[in-house]
Amino acid sequence: MEPLSTFEIAGRIIYQLSPVWISLVFLYAFSIGFKRKLGLYGKLFDSPIGMIGFGLVMFWVFTGIYGAMDMIVTHDPLTQVSGMKNKVPGTPLRGAEEGDYPYYLLGGDNLARDVFSRLVKGAWEVIKIAPMAAVFAFMVGITLGLPAGYYGGRLDTILSFAANLILAFPVILLFYLLVTPEIVATGVPNYMAIVLFVFPIVFVGVLLNSRYYTRPKLRNFLLPLVLGLIIWFYLQLVSNGGYLINTPSYSIWGLPSAMDMFDIPGGILVVFVSVVFVNSPTVFRIVRGLTLDIKTRDYVAAAQTRGEGPWYIMLWEILPNARGPLIVDFCLRIGYTTILLGTLGFFGLGLPPESPDWGSTINDGRKLLSIYLHPALPPAFALLTLVLGLNLLADGLREESLKD
Amino acid sequence: MGLFILRRSGVMLLTALCLTFIVFFLTNLYPNLEKLAKTQGNFRMSDEAVASWLDSNGYAEPMVVKYGQWLGVLPGWTRETEDGFTGRCITGTATAEEFAEASTFCGILQGDWGYSTRFKDEVSTIVSERLGNTGFLMLCVLLIMVPSALIIGVLAGMREGSATDRSLSTASILTTATPEYVSGVIFIAVFTSSTVGLKWFKGTATSAMDNPTFENFFLPVLTIALYGMGYIARMTRASMTEVMTAQYIRTARLKGVSFHNIVLKHALRNALIAPFTVIMLQFPWLLNGVVIVETLFNYKGFGWVLVEAAGNNDIELLLAVSVVSVVVVLVTQLISDIGYVYLNPRIRIS
Repeated sequence: MEPLSTFEIAGRIIYQLSPVWISLVFLYAFSIGFKRKLGLYGKLFDSPIGMIGFGLVMFWVFTGIYGAMDMIVTHDPLTQVSGMKNKVPGTPLRGAEEGDYPYYLLGGDNLARDVFSRLVKGAWEVIKIAPMAAVFAFMVGITLGLPAGYYGGRLDTILSFAANLILAFPVILLFYLLVTPEIVATGVPNYMAIVLFVFPIVFVGVLLNSRYYTRPKLRNFLLPLVLGLIIWFYLQLVSNGGYLINTPSYSIWGLPSAMDMFDIPGGILVVFVSVVFVNSPTVFRIVRGLTLDIKTRDYVAAAQTRGEGPWYIMLWEILPNARGPLIVDFCLRIGYTTILLGTLGFFGLGLPPESPDWGSTINDGRKLLSIYLHPALPPAFALLTLVLGLNLLADGLREESLKD
Repeated sequence: MGLFILRRSGVMLLTALCLTFIVFFLTNLYPNLEKLAKTQGNFRMSDEAVASWLDSNGYAEPMVVKYGQWLGVLPGWTRETEDGFTGRCITGTATAEEFAEASTFCGILQGDWGYSTRFKDEVSTIVSERLGNTGFLMLCVLLIMVPSALIIGVLAGMREGSATDRSLSTASILTTATPEYVSGVIFIAVFTSSTVGLKWFKGTATSAMDNPTFENFFLPVLTIALYGMGYIARMTRASMTEVMTAQYIRTARLKGVSFHNIVLKHALRNALIAPFTVIMLQFPWLLNGVVIVETLFNYKGFGWVLVEAAGNNDIELLLAVSVVSVVVVLVTQLISDIGYVYLNPRIRIS
């Protein structure tokens, strides 16, 4: 078979991505049709910058999701096919059998794996970790930042000192110290996970309690139900194979394996925990600053006069009014988390070496960059467009939220 | 003002102590020490051999004691062997007379930064030499980054919403969205590889350590500068647009002052206060970029030392690296606070 020309490659990639295009068209048609009823999300479709950004982000989200369902990928991202090492884009698959996709659309990497399939699978690696890490960082930052700004005093001094301490650490040094197999063996990441993942429980618990404590019947029904579910998830998250911490010298019992629906491998957990750990002090500082500003407003004074509790004021008066800057920062933070994950992959930390995530692929590809460009450039552009999309989205959201 | 600086210095010292203790704690966890023993001795050591190696090299003592020794507030460890004496303050093995003369305390308070197990050299010489390389890189980065970022920001913020503003703002978003390892890879691919065929620059900066030229040094500098540039430019733009809507600018325009003069004489000075803080706070991020770029371009500076020390669990070198980076971060914060007050007389520190 003849190698494909550039046009044929582009055409086949576009065809391969057709589920993504269909989803994007549906999403945009629906959103633009109902944009007046969708609040801030709907207003996004008034700004061209925001629309472009949202499109880029959703493109990678859909690619990641469909890629995880094996819809877009042409080959297995880990299979090595002999004779396909470092082959240029569009090379026909050697010894292709019935049912195999006949080409390597973006060529083969230095281990003769399909670059296109690895790119698509890599999108899923980012999509599944980065937003979750940003959510957890926000939970930690909000739960600590609100009381620090609202109460001030010694609590504020101690928490701010701790936040500045973490911020003074060069991120890469912290990663090199935390994300190593030796540290995983000591169980330090598990301890950090146990501490950091408590914050969502505290956050939701206080949120519901402060809202419904005047209606004890509803609260007594709602609170145990929601908290029970979250605590169950928490225990599943932090316990692995029946242990909370399992080191050669000692171990701590956790949730029995029978109730444990999913396990997170130590390598992924340590990456997740370190990314949350690095991001939460910045969120803390933003929330604290916003709280300091908003607590001087009249509606806060009115709530205090009504006799509302401090946590009600923080979570139901201050937090909703701080949402604009926080939503914008949330988008930027997902982008920053993506960059951090790439950095980890670039230095070969944490994720397994054959992992298709973009940072590791760039790192693999850069060694042969002067001869073969095609293994390193696609993941580089992918990461660039995703982060660019998130930044543009944040910019669009900022503009639209300022128009109120 | 004096009291403010004094208090900040106290906090700085406390932060540095806490941070070095965290680094100390993490590097002295047993699996890390075991790895160190096996790389220094041999990889097939039994558990007993590892334990005895750690004991005879002073690693087996309690964590706090070892930290005290590193600081120089507790006497260094000593061991008596058949060949003579060994100890923290002695290089190699010493006789009884030399041992009697050797100092008891040798930590950073005495100016002794320790010995690198990776490079087999004094930590202070390694760090100072590599810092020189990185310092030159940083200087070049700042010389490119700061003026161009300020010019872009001022040009964009001068007329909000104009075509110049739109295109420059999009360009600065693009650079902030491109981490160093992406832009570096793209630059190497486009400008140095034989496939594209431009070959304008060199893909490695190894020769730039002795003889920096435009050809081998421009790409690493540009890679770091671009990532930081977008952020500073956006901050400058924001501050410039704010100043341009101020009352005194409107007054000047109504008086009939030319636009050129308004920008240069009335707006610029006030618009540059906020970016100054941002530039100072960019230093910690530059440090990150330096590590990535030095790895990518194989330039042996401070970032390269960090990677080598961390990869080999070189405890004392890592501690020195973290002390240096913490001091850089905290000093730039202090300068930005003081400079902010100095530039903007409306703010006084109470």
